[in-house]
Order: sequence, then structure tokens, then C-alpha cells
Amino acid sequence: MSDAKDNLISIFIDDVEVKVPAGINLVDAAEMAGKEIPHFCYHKHLPVSGNCRMCLVEVGTPGRDRATGEPILDENGVQKIMWMPKPIIACATNASPGMHVRTQSNIIKHCREGIMEFLLLNHPLDCPICDQAGECRLQEFATDYGRGYSRCAEDKNVKPKRTKLGPRVILDDERCILCSRCVRFCSDVMNDGVLGFTERGSYSTLTCFPGRELDNNYSLNTVDLCPVGALTSTDFRFKMRSWFLKETKSICTESSVGVNTVVNSREGVIYRIKPRENVEVNDSWMSDSGRLLYKQVAMESRMSDYTIEGKPVTPDEALQEAARLLSSGKSAFIGSANSSVEEQWMLAQIIKKTGDSVPCWLVAHVGEGDGFLISEDRTPNFRGALLTGLTDKMPEDKLSALGAAIDAGEIDTLFSYNECPIAAGLSVEQIKKVKFIYMGTHHCDASQYAAVELPGLTVFEKKGTFINQQFRLQRFEQAVPSEGTLNDIKSLSAVLAAVSSAKSVPECVDSIWQAMSQSIAPFKDISFNSISDNGVLVDGSAFEHLPFVEGKSLHYEPKA
Amino acid sequence: MATKVVDRRPLSWAEKTYIPQILSGLRITFRKMFNPVVTLEYPEQRPTIPDNYRGVPTLVKDPHGREKCVSCQLCEFVCPPKAIRITPGSIDEASGNEHIEKAPKDFEINMLRCIYCGLCQEVCPEEAIVLQDIFSANGYTRQEMVYNKKKLYELGGTLPDKHFKWDKKKKASEQAPSH
Repeated sequence: MSDAKDNLISIFIDDVEVKVPAGINLVDAAEMAGKEIPHFCYHKHLPVSGNCRMCLVEVGTPGRDRATGEPILDENGVQKIMWMPKPIIACATNASPGMHVRTQSNIIKHCREGIMEFLLLNHPLDCPICDQAGECRLQEFATDYGRGYSRCAEDKNVKPKRTKLGPRVILDDERCILCSRCVRFCSDVMNDGVLGFTERGSYSTLTCFPGRELDNNYSLNTVDLCPVGALTSTDFRFKMRSWFLKETKSICTESSVGVNTVVNSREGVIYRIKPRENVEVNDSWMSDSGRLLYKQVAMESRMSDYTIEGKPVTPDEALQEAARLLSSGKSAFIGSANSSVEEQWMLAQIIKKTGDSVPCWLVAHVGEGDGFLISEDRTPNFRGALLTGLTDKMPEDKLSALGAAIDAGEIDTLFSYNECPIAAGLSVEQIKKVKFIYMGTHHCDASQYAAVELPGLTVFEKKGTFINQQFRLQRFEQAVPSEGTLNDIKSLSAVLAAVSSAKSVPECVDSIWQAMSQSIAPFKDISFNSISDNGVLVDGSAFEHLPFVEGKSLHYEPKA
Repeated sequence: MATKVVDRRPLSWAEKTYIPQILSGLRITFRKMFNPVVTLEYPEQRPTIPDNYRGVPTLVKDPHGREKCVSCQLCEFVCPPKAIRITPGSIDEASGNEHIEKAPKDFEINMLRCIYCGLCQEVCPEEAIVLQDIFSANGYTRQEMVYNKKKLYELGGTLPDKHFKWDKKKKASEQAPSH
């Protein structure tokens, strides 16, 4: 990467000089110059196939005499540009020093109009019922280069509509423009060549190989890649039109990879999650399972009531009761790597005030990694727990030591945050022995025994940060409002204020970051708003000795 | 402001009796009794509504009884007072219209918000929403004034179709040569 950055060359796009890395292709080079070369089949993270022909441009290079190698000069003494006789595709042309590119000439416009006419020959134009409408490249370029009426007297081809390619993807073949992005994604990115074309010419049809279906956990990326509405997601199909959806930048909580996402919502309802490009983390991809996580917001098991001994009370009463229980006896805390950095820091402050003799317990959520975008650690923010001082060792599978401490009568109050103690290995009897405070988003097996229940928010209803497996600090924003539930940070700060009798405690993400940037060395000079969309790498060298569970995945190599 | 007193002409004897004034008023009244009638006895009599009148927006079916709306939500998007609310849905396989794929699960127009601008009709790619000749929308509750899908189809009825484009599409797919 650094090589390419140092090795800048000058090219001229529509007579404007641009410095681009050597060897970059012309579509990306034009993008760097702020010009769009329309394209369908080219995608930054896929191999070039060059079959849509939409990105045709005129290219010329400075002329040199073939025999002598001397520059050919024109009458003004300037090196003559030798224009190629025919347009060539920009996606498969690499920038060379002094190259001239015309992206807006009459020839190019005619080319694009011709390509669009061919592409629209058999396109059904059923935009009103097509899910892609509003975010469709064909629709966009049809307004730029489309004829507006058809010269074709013949009937359009009939192809299969509503073919189920897999459990999550439906194909409308009439809309397909044969760009082969989905084919290349499967064969080159997933190394699972499921898709291919059969038939010939305008009858070409996208199909799965016999006996196969598009069922791998990354199949929905083909839907994102599809420049038209040929591939649609079974989950999102016909749910909402794209132009109503508000986009919120977020982070996937599926695993410690920390996939960057965009949450699409309308009026407080989330309709889908799409990947957001981050070349350091997830390129443009995300897993199908991660896309379904938005369903946790409206789950039936969602906690909504603040309760004391099962009776609904006001948030303030519940928080005061929690603080009273925490300060009245010996407390133990179960923290979570599912919480954001800010929440972990707040919990660490509460622990400092109340549970000094007992450490914070963290529960391991280890699953099988797929070596791509799901890592072994199925929590998004274990590194945050390390940096905020919530813990300094690896999380445990079973909290048997905590159970033993409860059995020995050493603990009066147990505060569990976003973790189910029963799933973490404590028995019902052990939980009944202590005053159990449960703060979480969903009811769990243990929440019925809770002395105080404090509902919390999912990642979509709050803002904050996570630190992924690379020690990359990444920010997520609030996508939908929460109804009747306090922000976790507000709840924690109310508890902290009650147990510490401090005059002022941080109450929002920004003030927590002010405090953290002063007290935590790797967070020096970082504020919440200064974290860029691609995240910030923070120094995690203090924890290098820990045996992290993650194996190799995209853009991540475990330290040996 | 200073008050200026204007001298009035004193009334004559005839004017003091008021009789000439009453008679001249009655003359107009009696003359109008025999003139042609220009008003309507609403609501027993209804005005003739011109064809391009913009009345209450309604949903219509085609002559085959198929609901034309495909829930593309363009009317919802274009509606200036945001009166329209659509819940999109899909059409059941084996319903005979499965090739159309989409239909509204619910369609609500809040007639308290509607401003009768007709943009929904103008934008509709399926000619499914039409402002017809109903000009008096009323009800006892606010909820009553939010017209749901059933009510909108009752008001809309059936309109002639020039294109039958979905029937043509189905025919084409049935007759298509196999490749």
C-alpha cells in the first residue's frame, strides 16, 4: 500500500491533471478525480471481467517515435498524444504516466447510449415492483444515457422470474444484465463457485450448478453487488422502498471482527442491514447471519419494564434500589464484552466504588470462526473490556469460581450486565442466594430471579464504540429511537452517582470520552467525534501476551 | 381623529311611511320568483362533476376485478402533506396474479391531511389511484377519516383499462418459446 502511495503518476482526465497511484485502473482513477465513469460489472473488490462495456473511454498516451524512442512533438513543441482509434474499457485499463483520458466526448456518449439501448432491450422495466428501484445503477444510467423510448418492435425475451437460488436469495432473471458480479463473488471471494450462466446470447440465464444452491453464509453479498434488481433478498423483498430508508453507520456485533455496517431504517423500524466499505476490516462484505441481528430489537423477549422483585416501578426507583443493594453489601459484577467501550468504562467506575475485593467476571462466547468475517470470539468488544480496565485476563467459559464464592457466602449482591448468569454456569440456587440485579436488553433464564431488572438498549438504539480484534476503535451511531428505556449510560451514571456520592458523573458518550482520553493512555487525544468512519487503531500492545482466541480472518493475522 | 359631522337630508313624508321602499323590494322578490332557478337543492340534487375533477383519491380495479395497485409507494413519496401510508406485501403464488408479485397489504389515506392536489394520481405508474368525483368526505371521528384499503376500493370501483399490461405480460410468458 505504501509503495503505491509513494509511486504517484500524473494522468489527465478530461484535460485535468490528477495524481494517481501507478497501475490503478481508470474507473478508480476517475473516481479520485471526482468524475464518475459509469460501470456495471466492475467492482473494486472483485476481479475485472469487463463484460458490460459501459465504462468505455477514449485513451491516448504521449507519442514516441518507434525507431528512435524520441518523443513526437507537435507544432507547439508539446509531446503529441496518440489517441487510440477506438474507445476501450476503463475498468481493465491501467493508468500509465502522461495518459490522457476522455470520459465525456461525443463518441463516448454515443457508446454509452448504445450500451444502454442494448441492456434495456430485454429489461422488463418493472421498476414499480422492483426492490432495487431507487438504488439501481441501470435506472440511474438510463436517466443519463437512455433513449426514453424503445425502437424495438419485437417482444421482449421471457425468462424465469422468482427463481430461488438459495434460502435467502431470489433471482429475477429478466432483470439480469449479465454483469457476472455475483458469479465472480462466489468463485473468487468465497471460493465456492455456485453460480454460472447457461444458454447463449440474450437467453443467458444465471443458475446454480446442478445439485448446488447459493446457501453459504455470505450469499446476500450477491444481492448488494447486483447493480440491478435481479438478485433480491428474501428477507427484505417487498418490505420497503429504498428511498424511504434512513442510513445510519453502525458496527456488526456478531463477532470481534467488527464488520462496518449501514442500518436502514424508517420511522424507528429497521428494515435491513448492509455492509459499509472499510478496506481495513471487511472490504464490502458482511455475513448473512449478521444481517439478521436487527430482529433482536423487536423480539418478544425484549425487556421493557424496570422492576423491583418482579413489580414494575419507575426507572428512578429501580436505579436507586440497584445502587442501594450494591452499596449495602459485598458485590460481584458480571461484565460483558457485548457492551460498548463507554458502558464498560462506566461499569468499571461503579466496580471501583463498590466491589473492590472481587474482580469483574467476563463470560467467553466462543464459536467456530469461518476465517473470513466471523471470528472465534462472538463478542464485538472484548478488547474494550481490556482497555477500559474492566478485566485484564481472558473471559471464562464457566464462572465456577464466582459460584464457589456465592456458595461460601462471600457475595451479597450480584450485578449482571448483558450476560445471563445461568448460561455462564451459575445455578438457580446460587442466584437465589444473592440479591441479583440484571441489566440487559432481553429476558434471560435468570432474569425471573432478579431483585432489580434494568432494561438496556441494543446496539441499534444507542451510540458508542467497539474495539475489534485488530484493536481498531470503531464508532456506531443510533439508528432508531428507544421507547421508554433509558440509555444504558444514563442508567449506569445514575447508579454511579448514587454509590459514589460524587457531584458530577459523566452522563453521555462525549463526557465519558473526555474522562477516558485523560485516564487511559491508548485513548489519549481521542474524542468520540474524532473517530473516523474507518475507525482508529489504538495501542493494544499491553495485552499482547493474552491468548486471544481469534484465528486468521480477512485483514487479520493472529499474533503467533 | 377629529369627528366630522355630516348633515343628513331629512326624510320626506313618503319615505317616513317606508311603503315605497317595501314595495320596490317586493318587486324584485316577485320578479325573481318567475326567473329560471340557478341554485341546487343540495343534497337531494347533486351537481354535475366534470371529468377532470379532483375529488377524493380512490383505488380502482381493472375490468377483470384485479387490484391495480402494486404498492410501489410512489404516491406515498410524492404526497405533499404525507397523507398516504402503504404497507407493501406480496401476492400469493397460485392466486392467478402471482406474476405481478406485489400488492398493498394495507393502504391508508388520511383524508384530514389530503389536500386534493392529485399528485398521487399523476405519479402512479399503474393508474391505480384516481381522484374521482366524490367531493364530500366527512365522518364523526378522526379515525373514520383515515380511509383504509377496503374503503378506498369501495369508493374507487372499476375503471376501464387501456393497456392490460399485466395480462399481456402473462400471455407472453405462457407463449414464450423455451430456450
